[in-house]
Amino acid sequence: MDFSLSDEQRMLDETVTRLVADRCNPEQRRTLIQERSTALSSLWHTFAELGLLAMPFREEAGGLGGDGIDLMLIMQALGRGLVPEAYLDGLLIPGMLLAELADDSQCEQWLAPLLEGEHQLALAWHETASRYDIDTPATRAERSGEGWHLQGRKQVVLNAPRAIALLVTAGLNDGSLGLFLVPADGDSLQRRNYTTFDDQQASDIDFDTELPASALLANGDRLLVALGETLAHGRAALCAEAVGAMEVACEQTLEYLKERQQFGAPLSRQQALQHRMVDMHLHLEQARSMAILAATSLTLPEEQRDYRIAAAKAYVGEAAQFVAEQAIQLHGGMGMTEECHVAHYAKRLILLDQALGDRDYHLETVMAHLDSAA
Amino acid sequence: MNLQFTPEENTFREKVRAFLADKLPDDIQRKVRLGQQLSAEEHVRWQNCLSERGWLAPGWPVEHGGTGWSPVEKHIFEEECAAAHAPTVVPFGVNMVAPVIIRFGSDEQKHHYLPRILNNDDWWCQGYSEPGAGSDLASLKTRAKRDGDHYIVNGQKTWTTLGQHANMIFCLVRTDPEAKKQAGISFLLIDMDTPGISVRPIITLDGAHEVNEVFLDDVRVPVANRIGEEGEGWTCAKFLLTHERTGIAGLGHAKQALRHLKDAARRQTHRGRPLIETPSFREQIARVELELMALEVTNLRVLAAARDGGAPGAESSLLKIRGSELRQRLSDLTRRTLGPQALPFFADFLAGDEDSLDDDQTFTAAATAQYFNRRKLSIYGGANEIQKNIIAKTILGM
Ligand SMILES: Cc1cc2nc3c(=O)[nH]c(=O)nc-3n(C[C@H](O)[C@H](O)[C@H](O)COP(=O)(O)OP(=O)(O)OC[C@H]3O[C@@H](n4cnc5c(N)ncnc54)[C@H](O)[C@@H]3O)c2cc1C
Repeated sequence: MDFSLSDEQRMLDETVTRLVADRCNPEQRRTLIQERSTALSSLWHTFAELGLLAMPFREEAGGLGGDGIDLMLIMQALGRGLVPEAYLDGLLIPGMLLAELADDSQCEQWLAPLLEGEHQLALAWHETASRYDIDTPATRAERSGEGWHLQGRKQVVLNAPRAIALLVTAGLNDGSLGLFLVPADGDSLQRRNYTTFDDQQASDIDFDTELPASALLANGDRLLVALGETLAHGRAALCAEAVGAMEVACEQTLEYLKERQQFGAPLSRQQALQHRMVDMHLHLEQARSMAILAATSLTLPEEQRDYRIAAAKAYVGEAAQFVAEQAIQLHGGMGMTEECHVAHYAKRLILLDQALGDRDYHLETVMAHLDSAA
Repeated sequence: MNLQFTPEENTFREKVRAFLADKLPDDIQRKVRLGQQLSAEEHVRWQNCLSERGWLAPGWPVEHGGTGWSPVEKHIFEEECAAAHAPTVVPFGVNMVAPVIIRFGSDEQKHHYLPRILNNDDWWCQGYSEPGAGSDLASLKTRAKRDGDHYIVNGQKTWTTLGQHANMIFCLVRTDPEAKKQAGISFLLIDMDTPGISVRPIITLDGAHEVNEVFLDDVRVPVANRIGEEGEGWTCAKFLLTHERTGIAGLGHAKQALRHLKDAARRQTHRGRPLIETPSFREQIARVELELMALEVTNLRVLAAARDGGAPGAESSLLKIRGSELRQRLSDLTRRTLGPQALPFFADFLAGDEDSLDDDQTFTAAATAQYFNRRKLSIYGGANEIQKNIIAKTILGM
């Protein structure tokens, strides 16, 4: 058993942490959000130059072959800075799917520039009726001449406004699930773009689209295996991001309690608040353990991997909410304001539970496998 | 013991229902139902409906324009208003400053201000909190210096709810900096149009403009605008805090929120079935239902005691804590019911503008904003930690 980081990992951690501290302080973060357009930010380009975009991908796919811990270190740092860049939804998730499923020419066209920081992508999977399940979309793809006709509606497609192409899940006539690569600029896409409460960009998109035969990246078991692996990485990444954001929420709350004077003394002298602060800290440390468990489970056999990832995601979602709500509460009225940085951490911490399956969803997985898991 | 409403109380409920069905404007009802913010005009339009019926001020003595309702009737009224999606009456005039004026004001002050409040001529806001004085309200620093027939007021108030619409503010100010904390405070009514007052918006984390900072810079206020004696402001403030707390549990709102939660959980599907049929989720809804049932009976116990002449004291702290926690839990479950659908931030829609959202989106758009907004319930009106301190001290004697 060994919880220490390798030298390379320590360097990676220091690099990302410093980068985030230098380039994404609260004011810079606001600017990044305000100036967001289809053009990618200079911060994103710096990520590319430092190899951060290639880090989590296999070497055969043009990546640097980083493991779960590398991914964890990156996501934790991004969480600490609340970095408004779609590392997860614009890069990791669509990139992993391409790396697993796309042919050479598709990789050259879509994956290589993705890892170079030249464009971003998005996975369009969510539909209200299927909630958090990815494998039961109502969106359909029918054979149409040589190619396909794709029809349906995807909602809350994270990072879609910035994506140059979308990976779209759809049911096929043989009952299997298919994944299609759809350029995002087509006239046949009707979309509504918006931001989310936690400052992400997203779209609702109606598809009624003719696609060439090659648009189908994969279907059936091959696709499900790749999706399982990708979502596992995504969920582990979210756990790590949450830990980074919880660290800062705890730090800022502690600092505030020490500073804020009421009744002639700092609030930090109130024992009721000391205990609450301790509870926040305990939630953070337990969540950190779960994020580590998730990061080190990515290479396990599928069933074991998914069990642990589900446990981690459910646990972290709940812990993140506790920390977020208490951070607001202990800041009093200040915690309720846009101006207060901790409120933004709180928003992200609350809403990341609702990404890739919330705590109820993942608890169901844990409950379903409770007996078989030793 | 009997927990049933009397036949008279049930008749009263029918009467309130009929009034709401008849008079609550559709456009306002829709906005409240969808969780959109109301404009000042919409608040006033609704409050004028209540004024016309004589129902704006149930808490006042009849001779000043109150309804003469029992605490239970007031409770029924609040419950029916919430169920019908009527706007909450802006409390600062009717429910906050008016009782203080009635209790401590001069006849002249009563004659001047009370009819204007009943008629919705004035929009009041509450100037208690300051940047340095929140839970420790008595440490407030806004200074009022006597200058002949005027006070000259300097300082800053903050978290002033809906101050952007207000033409009047009631303030706690320090008239005697030498006296010990509570003793040097006076209660002043200030016209917001007086030179030297400026209002700056504070945007809350749900994107709303609900609170403000109010700056007072050499503001001249007639001494005649003081309520009660100089140095008696703390007595007024405390009176206000313990008065009229029957609604503090927010039960009507909680019941409405529970109905909405169930509705949302029926519409949402999980694995092809309504989410409300998923046992683990259903259990979570059942648990808030239990909490609501318990709180309703606790609330009725407090109301019955009030009806029989007991002044609600520290019990109101209990209602505040449990009521705010319950409403926060409800808004949490509603947000989670919607899954990823809870993420979009449709700012224009929430601000009350007409929008091109589809039916599903209008139904879901406010859930997350409300979840974040409801965090305030455990912070304002005496934060829950402070309420617990009160219970520890006054009920438990710790
Ligand atoms: C949305 C909103 C609307 C408001 N509207 C108005 C308004 O219209 N007019 C007005 O005057 N005010 C208003 N307020 C202010 C409100 O009353 C204060 O926010 C409240 O009194 C808490 O003060 P504070 O924000 O300074 O927090 P603080 O007093 O700094 O408290 C911070 C945290 O420490 C805790 N704490 C403080 N002291 C103790 C203690 N002794 N023991 C244990 N815990 C403690 C608190 O409970 C809180 O969790 C509003 C606030 C909000 C959020």
